[in-house]
Amino acid sequence: MSNSELKQIVESILFVADAPLSYDRLYTLLEEFDREEIRGAVEAVATDYCGAGRGVELVQVAGGYQFRSRPEYADYIRRLRKVKPARFTPSALETLAIIAYRQPVTRGEVEYLRGVDSGGVLKSLLDKKLIRIIGKKDIPGKPLIYGTTREFMETFSLKDLRSLPTLREIEELADSSSDPDQVPLPLPE
Amino acid sequence: MPETQHQLFSDTDSDACLVRTEAFEGPLDLLLHLIRKNEVDIYNIPMAEITRQYIDYLDLMRELNLDVAGEFLVMASTLIQIKSQMLLPLPDDPELEEDRIEDPRAELVRRLLDYERYRDASIQLASRTLLERDVFARNFAVPEAEQAAADSAVIPDVELFELVDAFRRILAKVPLESFHEVGSENISIADRISDVLEMIKQSDAVDFEELFAGSSTREYIVATFLAILELCRLRMIKIMQFESFGRILVKSAIIAADGEGEQGE
Repeated sequence: MSNSELKQIVESILFVADAPLSYDRLYTLLEEFDREEIRGAVEAVATDYCGAGRGVELVQVAGGYQFRSRPEYADYIRRLRKVKPARFTPSALETLAIIAYRQPVTRGEVEYLRGVDSGGVLKSLLDKKLIRIIGKKDIPGKPLIYGTTREFMETFSLKDLRSLPTLREIEELADSSSDPDQVPLPLPE
Repeated sequence: MPETQHQLFSDTDSDACLVRTEAFEGPLDLLLHLIRKNEVDIYNIPMAEITRQYIDYLDLMRELNLDVAGEFLVMASTLIQIKSQMLLPLPDDPELEEDRIEDPRAELVRRLLDYERYRDASIQLASRTLLERDVFARNFAVPEAEQAAADSAVIPDVELFELVDAFRRILAKVPLESFHEVGSENISIADRISDVLEMIKQSDAVDFEELFAGSSTREYIVATFLAILELCRLRMIKIMQFESFGRILVKSAIIAADGEGEQGE
């Protein structure tokens, strides 16, 4: 089969897939094709869709590729889906951030960093499959240790865990952005 | 320096009620808020003032009869301990050189900075393009999974602290003391519950502040607020806010109970 057809095949598979597809998965599905060519085809599809005039794009997420609607059309899609947009409470986000950056991490460590009991939040994050129990820590009490899941990367559009901004970058971002925004307190004369 | 600091902390008891409450996630969040609000150096926290403001806040929580989580109390005692430690003269021991005498505030500062870093990271996370909020992928309806998602998508529409904030505004309008107290009139929360229900029944949605109309005493307002919280707990009302710092609306949840699912927490 010719190269140009491979691109169409890749496009059709990615269109139908219900989760991000990794290269490994594509290699297995398309074993009769050369791996280099598969890569080239995926990139070609991605380039096709990143141009103007498209409502969807092929994004790299959770170690694979997935077609996703463009963020600018979110309002319209919400009319189609009747579910409320995904929202996270600040405590869920704090806990997720700590787990994402410190994993593997125990509940005790999360609670020390947050300064509050986090049992309930951990449970709800587990229920939503955003975090998982990786194992037990080999210290007295054998506490459970937690890590993030593939669903976490999918939900937060992360290519992989390394693509999280480093804490230092965040600090710099926060420093540079907080100054102009800060409203000075009216000082009494 | 002490002089100017005193100027900075001019929010004495009279306008303490105007301190805007945000959704504090815990004692560290509250402390950070106080430090940033007062624009003090985090490496040189004026313990006396910050401790006072911190405890004022807990007092308000207690006045509302809200459960002040244990962690807030532990932090209060830590603050007081640090404050008193700072009053003690440094040990006059030449063996202990400066690097060994750690500022009593050091551990707290480390925790605050650590916490701030993760809080900023969590804000960053929330600002990413989120699946099912900003972007959508094709998904295949699995009835069970969909039900689970619908269940977990139900979250309280108004954060507790926004309610508390609204409550503070109402409370601030009432004179702090009244001088011709004859006997305490007993206002029962049960009475207020039925009043509130009656008010809600008459119209579709009632402005949160309207529920306090005609309230003159702090006891009355507190009873009304507790009645609202109780109704919310019993899932008989629904409290909504359409925009940040916008109006808070209260409506009956009994009619809308069928399709709406239940209100979490």
